[in-house]
Amino acid sequence: MPLQVEERRDVIGADGRLVEELVVNVGPSHPSTHGVGRVIVHLDGEVVTKVEPVIGYLHRGIEKMAENRTYLQVVPLTDRLDYVGSMYANWAYCRTLERLADIAVPERAEYIRVIVCELQRIASHMMGLGASAADTGAFTMFVYCFDLRERIIEFFETLCGSRLTYNYVRPGGVSFDLPEGWLEDVSAFLETVDAKLVEMDQLFFGNVIARGRMKGIGVLSAEDAVAWGITGPSARASGVNWDLRKHDPYSVYPLFDFDVVVGDNGDSYDRGRTKIFECHESAKIIRQAIAKIPGGKFKTPLPRLIAPPAGDAYDHIESARGTLGVYLVSDGSVRPYRMHVRSPAFCNLAILPRLVPGHTLSDLIVVLGSLDPVFGEVDR
Amino acid sequence: MSSVAPFGWGMVAGLGAGLIIALAALIGVWWERKVSARVQLRLGPQQAGPYGLLQTLADTLKLVLKEDITPARADRRMFRMAPFLAFVPVATSMIVLPVVKGWAPLQIASGALFFLAVPGIAAAGILLAGWSSRNTYATIGGIRGAAQMVSYELPRTLSVLALCILGGTLNVVTLQESWRWWWVLATALGFLVYFIASIAELNRGPFDLPEAESELVAGFFADYSGIRWAVFMMVEYGGMVAASAFAAIAFFGGGFGIPGVAGTFLLIVITCVLATVMIWAKWTFPRMRPDQLMSFAWKVLTPMALVQLAIVGVIAAWL
Repeated sequence: MPLQVEERRDVIGADGRLVEELVVNVGPSHPSTHGVGRVIVHLDGEVVTKVEPVIGYLHRGIEKMAENRTYLQVVPLTDRLDYVGSMYANWAYCRTLERLADIAVPERAEYIRVIVCELQRIASHMMGLGASAADTGAFTMFVYCFDLRERIIEFFETLCGSRLTYNYVRPGGVSFDLPEGWLEDVSAFLETVDAKLVEMDQLFFGNVIARGRMKGIGVLSAEDAVAWGITGPSARASGVNWDLRKHDPYSVYPLFDFDVVVGDNGDSYDRGRTKIFECHESAKIIRQAIAKIPGGKFKTPLPRLIAPPAGDAYDHIESARGTLGVYLVSDGSVRPYRMHVRSPAFCNLAILPRLVPGHTLSDLIVVLGSLDPVFGEVDR
Repeated sequence: MSSVAPFGWGMVAGLGAGLIIALAALIGVWWERKVSARVQLRLGPQQAGPYGLLQTLADTLKLVLKEDITPARADRRMFRMAPFLAFVPVATSMIVLPVVKGWAPLQIASGALFFLAVPGIAAAGILLAGWSSRNTYATIGGIRGAAQMVSYELPRTLSVLALCILGGTLNVVTLQESWRWWWVLATALGFLVYFIASIAELNRGPFDLPEAESELVAGFFADYSGIRWAVFMMVEYGGMVAASAFAAIAFFGGGFGIPGVAGTFLLIVITCVLATVMIWAKWTFPRMRPDQLMSFAWKVLTPMALVQLAIVGVIAAWL
């Protein structure tokens, strides 16, 4: 795709009249493309007639790089996939490797993984919500979201010394045990989180302008969601009851009591609001996990070089954006023969050209924000 | 006090208005940053000078020294002229405002009309800035700006017309002199319409569609830098002060009809309060969509202004 686009040309519109089409190049450097997304938008006045997403601006070849590294060295690479939810990519990769090399994981490690990943879900949803609120001009909501996210990031910093790329979930467990008093701090934080989420819900989703901006915009039907492989909150907002934590249970999730949040309308408003409700459910899971967490080892001792038997394995988890799967092929050596990531952000973004036409340019930003793409994961 | 000001006097008054706008922008930007910080659990500027008061001065210095870029594709002459075409009408409109009871720099019989009509020329400046940039974002922003300013002109003018019926004059000075306290109650609806329409006229949030940072990057002034960019900021803050001051004068009788220095002081206080409410609204509400903005002007504000006119008409007939 060329960097320069032809800006004006005459085309025959849908109703047969001649329109002077304006072609707007949104991104890759633009405030509302959530990183380096690029969308070429064809406009008839303010109404969008055609949308062409252009991806690849953040392609780093992570899957190829993995082939030249040992299995343990790949974990930091997975951090760079979904950089607002690094724990998920760590975990998805480790689960696949554990399946491939038949590595046992201590129960305490599974609990720790659930706790950090549910905290990560809240942090990631806060990023998504805040960014899509800022897209509609509600910058105050953005700051409120980041306030909540910041607390969680601080917990992660205490846990592993890193704020964004954690490299925390490792094959056979996690890299460090929980620091002293960490669980108590998290419990204290969870006391406040529900009230804050309700406040945000009222501040933004209760606002009459925000409702007008998001309701009925970018409606995704349940059939389309299934047909296009949309997963995560974007699919659940359309009424698709699909959550891997419930429907393909992994780790210790079957031990916890929580609900899958399902919306009705599948519009941008529901996609946003589903995230708020999911954060409540995540808090519920963490509370139960903290109450039940057993003692014991946090990691299975492993040799530095893991050489799984030849073969392949796939495993997936429910990330904040949907089904995050990792496929690994081993040829019996200490390096993966092939790694592939099934990234939810990529699959969810694919529906954009179908949702936007007929809406205005302003709505494009809202729909893009509600799909919550992270381009580290889209481009890989 | 002459009814027709000589040319020289007009120049002095205009220059004074320009200085007030510069000052308003200087303090306004600082105040906006402080207020928005409080809204958003932050502190705002606090390093440069006491309470960060010198922050805007530092920013202004940076803007003045910055390279004034004209894009290669832009229509050079129009591009360079546009900020001033937006600035001059706003500064000019201020000279009919009676800053002391009974005295305005320029006292003309149709002062209210002058105040409402002249800033309308700024729409041309915005349209020109957007168009001459030859940039898709700026073009959309400029056209949005022009459409919005034309639409909101109507409810704004109608709401002020209600006052003119009560006062029986278009002259701002005599309007202020004939102000009675019960006008506040009688024109409450009109004040609401005026205030909302003014925010839209100034292209401020939640009606900041022409610049719509998250969609159009910066809209009509996306390609501006340095001093010309600063002039657009001054238009915004100067407009804020002018609109608030006019509301204080027309709807609240200046300082509630009090003459002299005390009245002027009250006038400044009311102006600041109204400007603060504008800032508060911007940082609370999300941005509207262009079509919602238009239907809000025509289907909500204009009928409200007409109802206000009817109310005032009944009162005037009864008086």
